[in-house]
Amino acid sequence: MNAPMTFDTTGRDGKGAGGVRERLVVIGNGMAGCRAVEEILARDCSRYAITIFGAEPRVNYNRIMLSPVLAGEKQFDDIVINGADWYADNAITLVAGDPVMAIDRATRTVTTRAGRIEPYDRLLIATGSEPFIIPVPGKDLAGVVTFRDLDDVEKMLAAAGKGGSAVVIGGGLLGLEAAHGLSLRGMRVTVVHLMPTLMERQLDEAAGYLLKAELERRGQTIVTGGDTAEILGRDGAVAGVRLKDGREFPADIVVMAAGIRPATGLARTAGLDVERGIVVDDHMVTSDPAIMAVGECVQHRGICYGLVAPLWEMCRALAEAATDAPGGGYEGSVTSTKLKVSGIDLFSAGDFSGGDGVEDIVMRDAARGIYKRVVVRENRLIGAVLYGDTADGGWYFDLLKKGEDIAAIREALIFGQAFASGGALSHPNAAVAALSDDAEICGCNGVTKGRIVATIQAGAHALDAVRSQCKASASCGSCTGLVESLLALTLGSAVEAGPRTLCKCTSFTHGDVRRLILGKQLKAIPQVMQELHWSTPDGCATCRPALNYYLLCAWPGEYVDDQQSRFVNERLHANIQKDGTYSVVPRMWGGLTTPAELRAIADAAEKYGARTVKVTGGQRIDLFGIRKEDLPAIWGDLNAAGMVSGHAYGKALRTVKTCVGSEWCRFGTQDSTGLGVTIERMTWGSWMPHKFKIAVSGCPRNCAEATIKDFGVVCVDSGYELHVGGNGGIKVRATDLLCKVATEQEALDVCAAFIQLYREDAWYLERTAPWIERVGLDYVKSALFSDPDAVPSLAARFHYSQQFMQEDPWARRAAGEDAALHQHLAEVRPLALEVAR
Amino acid sequence: MIGEWLDVGPVGQIAPGDARTLPVRGGEEIAIFHTLDNRFYALVNKCPHKQGPLSQGIVHGSVVTCPLHNWNISLKTGEALGDDKGCVPTIPLKVDAGRIYLLREAVVGRQVA
Ligand code: SRM
Ligand SMILES: Cc1cc2nc3c(=O)[nH]c(=O)nc-3n(C[C@H](O)[C@H](O)[C@H](O)COP(=O)(O)OP(=O)(O)OC[C@H]3O[C@@H](n4cnc5c(N)ncnc54)[C@H](O)[C@@H]3O)c2cc1C
Ligand code: SF4
Ligand code: FES
Repeated sequence: MNAPMTFDTTGRDGKGAGGVRERLVVIGNGMAGCRAVEEILARDCSRYAITIFGAEPRVNYNRIMLSPVLAGEKQFDDIVINGADWYADNAITLVAGDPVMAIDRATRTVTTRAGRIEPYDRLLIATGSEPFIIPVPGKDLAGVVTFRDLDDVEKMLAAAGKGGSAVVIGGGLLGLEAAHGLSLRGMRVTVVHLMPTLMERQLDEAAGYLLKAELERRGQTIVTGGDTAEILGRDGAVAGVRLKDGREFPADIVVMAAGIRPATGLARTAGLDVERGIVVDDHMVTSDPAIMAVGECVQHRGICYGLVAPLWEMCRALAEAATDAPGGGYEGSVTSTKLKVSGIDLFSAGDFSGGDGVEDIVMRDAARGIYKRVVVRENRLIGAVLYGDTADGGWYFDLLKKGEDIAAIREALIFGQAFASGGALSHPNAAVAALSDDAEICGCNGVTKGRIVATIQAGAHALDAVRSQCKASASCGSCTGLVESLLALTLGSAVEAGPRTLCKCTSFTHGDVRRLILGKQLKAIPQVMQELHWSTPDGCATCRPALNYYLLCAWPGEYVDDQQSRFVNERLHANIQKDGTYSVVPRMWGGLTTPAELRAIADAAEKYGARTVKVTGGQRIDLFGIRKEDLPAIWGDLNAAGMVSGHAYGKALRTVKTCVGSEWCRFGTQDSTGLGVTIERMTWGSWMPHKFKIAVSGCPRNCAEATIKDFGVVCVDSGYELHVGGNGGIKVRATDLLCKVATEQEALDVCAAFIQLYREDAWYLERTAPWIERVGLDYVKSALFSDPDAVPSLAARFHYSQQFMQEDPWARRAAGEDAALHQHLAEVRPLALEVAR
Repeated sequence: MIGEWLDVGPVGQIAPGDARTLPVRGGEEIAIFHTLDNRFYALVNKCPHKQGPLSQGIVHGSVVTCPLHNWNISLKTGEALGDDKGCVPTIPLKVDAGRIYLLREAVVGRQVA
């Protein structure tokens, strides 16, 4: 394809080649190979006669700048590191465009594709990495490209010139830079990424979410959790990409950016020690003392690197050894990452996996789209993730590499270098104290420091009081920290603790969070955390389930339930027992059953070895001791007999208890059983702040115990008394009478409206009894009855959301959904393994 | 860590925020966790409190909250956090080229020889 080009310049130097000088042959004219040569020449320019072989038909250039070349921000000439004159000036022979095909260690020669044989005294392998091509059908079609060298960029530019669509497989650094470039060049770009968050090796969930949102805002389609099944072709060329879940995306070009692999083929065939990379010691010497290796193709102390920074350090150690200069050798690198996409500032370094003795300091500024997280252990910085403002990335990275003690600047660390180095201002309070009275603290509501201080002095001694009296930090909340500082400065220790916040991750209460989710149209957990300045990266076991519920309630049909934010019972649709098995409770509508259902239950109990079968306090049957592996199967059997989940495990509608009522009972006034069944059919499947129980009694003797339920109906001759806010349990509370209605339909409407009011108003894990104690019965009555439209519109919202909820979760699992939740990863049978070895 | 590594499959088998189990014939069941910031950890699947199956808890940061009584257990050290006291054994784990490996002797060595 490309004729080998040779700059044979060895003769120009006075001493000439061979003889005096040792022969150094370098395989790989890339970043590490040439840098190593530079480092050697800097130490001893007359020791070696140097020949460099490069597979690419061009001089040494800065590979990382291929991204700006693709994006149109740079030309190839701008990114050349060493032009032809460098080779000439240093008497280096460059053989470009003719790759080395074999190394013969016995004769100490290398052979190229064109048949050139070159002897060496010392050999340096710097072959870099090869793009990893995922083995799917269609991978060899024309139009499938990788992103590694200038030829790849040229192919992409040629495709982009024709417009159309591009699919990039891989949402890591390389994939996103390719996507960005192609999108700037006018293509419609889809990024398909296997993992649930972008750049998952460098970013946490919070930063990954922000990045995705920004790329989507720029018009790219980002598919996370997308597993490529096939590259579709038409007439031998790429036409699209199909995922394992069946989705298809059209494509005129497919960029494979799914990862890289050290290029170790030559070394392996030559018999050098190779694991993932070519194994080298601290002086970059391989298992053959005459052969060195450097760059992405090596494995040093078990690690293969994919970034340039480590190469610089490797090359220094290598050159010291190759010139017998004193030096300590290479000890491994801590790396940091930046994404080269214009307008997106992102930085990550070190370890940010949290854990014990490890403290996360998080700062979020929603208005400016900033997320910063630094991780500290024993007063040393060990990791950092910055999104939106990376000005301090270098400073954090420096603190991290040096392992400096940051105790003295701990308080101000997250605010960055300028702030933390401010000496006297190193405590945030001190910085706030130094602000002038007319400095604006709350941008949303235009409240100055002076006004906040005055409000505090006038008696607002808690955050909440300040918020309600002068509105500071009442909107987006990003100035909460500043307001808290002002409280502390103005009152000293007299600051009153505000109402309980949702959890330790936020300074907002449940009420604030619910209001802001609606007001700011927040639709995903990471988005809520960002916009409301969560102080932890991914929340805790308290706030995640609460946020999941609030979002589900706020955006029915739109929000996708986050399984990872649900308590095990709700994730597995069964109640966990003390021995780790589960109980299974099928629904029995209104407590009614049939011989056929009972038979199916009996069969299931035997088939799956239920050790206890018990009638519950909620008028249905509980099968105990079922193993998590058997759950989908037992549900399938129960489904087949017409039964669905009883949600005995959920913050959801549990049971509707009934008594026999007018159909049989000599005192019955109405069909309480029938009404109970109708109510249960209307309400099952709905998620609630807490569990919710209903009962319908046929007369005031109240055999269904309707007056200790969340919603109770007591039938009387003239109609239906509706009661709310009762529970048995730890603290028994009898219901309050809400109202009396004449018809079944009215009873159903009020029931639906009351449930919806509770769903929209109560805090997560607040049952109706404590909710009503908190807000008052009068509030509930007025919310339902002061406006004649209230009941119909609340009921309509309830029915709308039920549309999406009344699908039996068991049926989907029995059909195979989320099978992984019920299966072991594998089983270890030590004996079998011994044999297999 | 020196020793032999047991390949237990690709990382994609465990969604972030989830855990999966690995029963060991004649030994303790192991739980492998994938945190939301994409780290992997392995512990014996038994809460130090009353043997709750930790694999079924909610994962946040590098902590799992036991599903039975809400103890918080560190995935890194196996220790109970806060005021609770107790510790569950951890299994050395490494991820290499997209696959999860457990230190073999920690998995099977736990059995009676
Ligand atoms: C199975 C059952 C006992 C029985 O064998 O009868 C039962 C079992 C449990 N109840 Fe109950 N309750 C059962 C009826 C009741 C009743 C009676 C009723 O519904 O009429 C009450 C009193 C009424 C009430 O709820 O107000 C009741 C009040 C509680 C409470 C206290 C609630 C409160 O607000 O104070 C809890 C604790 C909680 O939910 O936080 C609780 C919690 C539990 C839990 C879920 C404990 C737990 O968290 O693991 C038990 C799980 C059992 C399981 O794995 O299946 N259970 N529980 C009953 C299942 C009913 C059903 O068919 O779904
Ligand atoms: C588009 C892009 C963007 C990047 N962005 C960044 C970034 O922002 N930050 C960062 O730190 N890193 C980045 N990288 C990674 C960085 O470029 C590499 O870490 C670096 O180039 C590795 O240097 P190397 O010398 O080991 O390999 P290379 O630079 O790839 O050099 C190896 C050379 O060896 C040649 N070769 C291979 N086999 C043979 C053979 N048999 N005979 C002759 N020659 C052979 C190859 O053709 C190649 O020219 C990026 C990479 C790409 C592709
Ligand atoms: S009363 Fe207590 S022991 Fe009995 S089922 Fe309810 S929670 Fe369990
Ligand atoms: S068994 Fe884990 S907290 Fe009790």
